[in-house]
Amino acid sequence: MDFNKLFQLVIAASLINNFVFTRFLGLCIFFGVSKKMETAVGMSITFTAVMVISAALSWVVFKYVMVPLDITFLKIIVFIGIIAAFVQSADTIMKKVSPSLYYKLGIYLALITTNCIILAVPLINSGEGYSFLESMSFGLGSGLGFALALVIMASIREKLELADIPAPFRGLPISFIVAGLLALAFTGFSGLITL
Amino acid sequence: MAHTDKSNWELIKNGMFSENTIFRMAISLCPSIAVTNSLKNGFSMGIAVIFVQTMVNLTVSLIRNFINPKIRIPIFMLIIAGYVSIIDMSMAAWARPIYKQIGLYIQLIVAFASIFARAEVFAVKNRIIPSVADGLGMGIGFFLAMIVISFFRELLGKGSLWGIPIVSGNPLLIMILPAGGFFAVGILMGFFNWMDARIAARKAAEAETAAGVGIERA
Repeated sequence: MDFNKLFQLVIAASLINNFVFTRFLGLCIFFGVSKKMETAVGMSITFTAVMVISAALSWVVFKYVMVPLDITFLKIIVFIGIIAAFVQSADTIMKKVSPSLYYKLGIYLALITTNCIILAVPLINSGEGYSFLESMSFGLGSGLGFALALVIMASIREKLELADIPAPFRGLPISFIVAGLLALAFTGFSGLITL
Repeated sequence: MAHTDKSNWELIKNGMFSENTIFRMAISLCPSIAVTNSLKNGFSMGIAVIFVQTMVNLTVSLIRNFINPKIRIPIFMLIIAGYVSIIDMSMAAWARPIYKQIGLYIQLIVAFASIFARAEVFAVKNRIIPSVADGLGMGIGFFLAMIVISFFRELLGKGSLWGIPIVSGNPLLIMILPAGGFFAVGILMGFFNWMDARIAARKAAEAETAAGVGIERA
């Protein structure tokens, strides 16, 4: 096992190929929930957990069911099915086992099923041919990167509420421009590690 | 069943302008930045979305009387995923160079909120022809947004259009970088908001003059 490679994957997925700023995935959620710090934190935790677990689940199904049966062309349908089933069962189990946690994070779970960023992780994993641990590290790195982006953005937008912005740019347009500036900052990470 | 009473042309226009996916509803934003670094990529993405959106609306409308409302969400997902797989495989076969760049985003059309929303809000309640018109309108609206954004980004970032050089000299490299995509969408959104405000103000002024002087100014 090569821990060095796994660590590099986490760093690469979270900083260099940050999902929001260089791959532009999960933008709906990114702009939708980054208005308040509290929701941003809740969302980040849920996302990271779901990403790691769904990366693991879909790796197992891809490797041991889809490749032997030669049905890899169905991967879009199968992955979305796995994620939907997993999220739904996580929702039910959480409601039963830990109602307080469910009360905090449950609403985010419902939003996750049809989110491109969650679906992208298994798709990229299967495309790159990562091993089981590599897939999970990639999921973890992507989740952490998304969390980082969301928290940075939420803290900026809380301040932005008080700023004097020209009327047509209030709300989403200025958030896009702020995201652009952040993306510019994140390009500074490129070349940090070469995989 | 609540049928729409709008004409088909009105439905298409609604999708293109007043409910434009990117600039008005601000959903399905990911590809608006990811694939708009060249006109060719933006164009291909737009075509793919028009196809999926129209076909999904058509299919959902066809089988709307057989769908049990309780399991409609998985059914919609399956229909969408089916059409996305079709376009994904067709592009992988016939448009290899473009597919290499935007393939991931084509696969992720499956998670588009806009396509799901139109099936849920419109196609499941309406007859086939209006549903197709609605899907076509939404698709074209998305397509136009892609074209506008990628037009500016390629022109400013590379000084070319569709790979053909137009302007010589140093292009603004930032526009084809990831950051440029955010800037372009933000500025265009602001511009459309500003136009809207202008149009609304002009309409209000016209209504005021038409109604005479008796109206109090708000």
